[in-house]
Amino acid sequence: MIDKQLLSGNEAVARGAYEAGVRVATAYPGTPSTEILENIVKYKDDIYCEWSPNEKVAMEVAIGSSFGGVRSLVAMKHVGLNVAADPFMTLSYTGVKGGLVIVTADDPGMHSSQNEQDNRHYARFAKVPMVEPADSQEAKDFVGKALDISEEFDTPVILRTTTRISHAKTVTELGEREEKSVPEGFVRDPGKFVMVPDNARKRHPVIEERLKELAEFAEKTELNRIEWEEKEIGIITSGVAYNYAREVFPEASILKLGLTYPLPEKKIKDFAAEVSKLYIIEELDPFLEEQIRAMGIEVTGKDKLPITFELNTKIVRDSLLGNNSDILEKEEENESDELPYRTPALCPGCPHRGVFYTLNKLGVAVTGDIGCYALGVVPPLSAMDSLVCMGASIGNAFGLELALGDKIKGDVVGVIGDSTFMHSGITGLIDIVYNKGASTIIILDNRITAMTGHQQNPVTGKTLMGEETEIIDLAKISEAVGVKRVLTVDPYNLDQTKKVIQEELDSDEISVIIARRACALLKYVERKPPLHVDSEKCKNCGFCLEIGCPALVQGDGQSRIDDYLCTGCGVCVEVCPFDAIEKDGGIDD
Amino acid sequence: MTKTTNILLAGVGGQGVLLASEVLSKTALREDYDVKKSEVHGMAQRGGSVVSNVRFGKKVYSPLIAEGEADIILAFEQLEALRWVKYLRPGGIIVTSTQRIDPLPVAVGEIDYPDDVLERLEKMEYDVVSIDALELAREAGNQKAINIVLIGCLSNYIKLSVDGLRQVIQESVPEKTVDINLRAFEAGRTHENILTLN
Repeated sequence: MIDKQLLSGNEAVARGAYEAGVRVATAYPGTPSTEILENIVKYKDDIYCEWSPNEKVAMEVAIGSSFGGVRSLVAMKHVGLNVAADPFMTLSYTGVKGGLVIVTADDPGMHSSQNEQDNRHYARFAKVPMVEPADSQEAKDFVGKALDISEEFDTPVILRTTTRISHAKTVTELGEREEKSVPEGFVRDPGKFVMVPDNARKRHPVIEERLKELAEFAEKTELNRIEWEEKEIGIITSGVAYNYAREVFPEASILKLGLTYPLPEKKIKDFAAEVSKLYIIEELDPFLEEQIRAMGIEVTGKDKLPITFELNTKIVRDSLLGNNSDILEKEEENESDELPYRTPALCPGCPHRGVFYTLNKLGVAVTGDIGCYALGVVPPLSAMDSLVCMGASIGNAFGLELALGDKIKGDVVGVIGDSTFMHSGITGLIDIVYNKGASTIIILDNRITAMTGHQQNPVTGKTLMGEETEIIDLAKISEAVGVKRVLTVDPYNLDQTKKVIQEELDSDEISVIIARRACALLKYVERKPPLHVDSEKCKNCGFCLEIGCPALVQGDGQSRIDDYLCTGCGVCVEVCPFDAIEKDGGIDD
Repeated sequence: MTKTTNILLAGVGGQGVLLASEVLSKTALREDYDVKKSEVHGMAQRGGSVVSNVRFGKKVYSPLIAEGEADIILAFEQLEALRWVKYLRPGGIIVTSTQRIDPLPVAVGEIDYPDDVLERLEKMEYDVVSIDALELAREAGNQKAINIVLIGCLSNYIKLSVDGLRQVIQESVPEKTVDINLRAFEAGRTHENILTLN
């Protein structure tokens, strides 16, 4: 009997890696890609897998294992490929030994990202082939197909997913693992693996030739298939957009591209010649459309469909079959909808709250970074003034001080998480020490990579495969690069936190403050009984509401604590000037 | 059955929306339907609105339910029911918990939580079932079981087998909470505010 399971695209990619004989898999967590490695670890008897400190390192480890001759996979979110772009661009020149697939999980609509860049451009930029699955079955199967292409054409292959592929569960038939032979030892090949200019100059023409061969392959591969129906409307599409196209146009003929770079020009021209009207349905940029227009084919695409955010069946239907003014009218109507917006916020009991409350009270400029603590920007904490990319907080803080000098002296703080500091904060810190800055950097050390759902990282003492390992010490690293003022505070202790931050702002040299307390959602963190407001003591001053805790609610003439949400962390107790917040029964244990 | 069933689950991060949609979609798969379920992870889960789309039928393409296409909305929180009601098809059903979780702007006193949510829902042309899932979950033994109370209530209005749902719930929850969750399921299923469907 065939084993059918409901798998997310990420679970399916993991299963695909297992079935296709992958032996090394690496990643840095990032939504929507994280669950790929979290599921590959189920196969750790057959696949070595790791959380790398960042995507560049993950890519480099996978390149090394491919050079060693084994099938390898590296996964990251779309912006992760920016971090890994340096090795990636030259990997195109070296090619591979064991098959190598690079999974980029894009996030149209920015559900959990700082931009919605369309990573399909990376395939064209690096001149490497790209496959795009439309559901979990394809996500699983395409891993194996990508590795076959990788080995046949001596090239890395991009497997690009989007949020609705990564996080949608669809029915998937499982297969068995196929082992691939492993070379006896490392086979030296400096002309191919050592990209000094002389060798790289020889490789570039090879890459151009490879692209031509891949374009021929694109014409005949089953990855690109035509579903012939009526010929009034023809559609060229790929990835999740295929599903919207098929549902909205059940009677249209569809050229569904599974290999979206390089494109099968002849197949596209033949298809276009058969249909009366040709739509290109794709999310984000006109990636297919521009190339198809360049073939001299007239199409309808981004002139009707939006270039921003995700598509869905309604948008496809309204854009291509309805009239645009209807859509605009509808949007205005939605905006007038006045329901209170439920924005994400720092969780009740979050250790970051104490730091952001303090920064808000100090009124300093805060350069932020990527992680849960980006929610420090949400009112009433409102304590973040910049957020660009992983690790940017430290360089941003230094730059701000360079720009404004005495006008901002002692009024800038960079905040960065423990995992983000490991990812790309260390080099920023070295820059400030080396170039004699005096910034104040706070490492929000909650002992886990929290935003993406609790992954281990170099400060946690555990590997992805569950082994105990060295705990990288944030204080010692800071000291080792030359920071003399390294202090640790408990962010639940507001007095101590405020005192230390103020002292370090006043100091004329660089300081690192480690605000250490484990994420309140970690299983080993004990949840205390909920607190409550003593109605006789509460004067409704509203001070407690300024900490922005979802469990603290403005009640009728008094504050109230929602005992469903409260974790008993006690930060509100510290800010109440009337001692009106207490534990149940009022007994302090 | 050829028509696709579309169930939209809406709640607040931490309420167990994703486990509920997992139970529904696994049960549908066992009954040999094509199934798709879609939601977002990451930042949206930190106390934000959480929505899960569950679709099952003979062949399902889009992983998302479009506006006006949901057969049922299963809301874990009143305000979320009202927020997503535009996704309901004409004649659709809303099953909503009466639980109220204040969004941050309400909690800090910037805006008011509308106090007429249920009345507004009931005025619309839909069938509305409201249930105090939090209270029923607490009675069953654990407030976290609100998702299973709601699945129990929903089971009266969908064509998935009740035994199938019970079986998947048993397999999906931590072993020591199986009894609590099965009690929660029955509490939701036999809750008094039950519609009579024609």
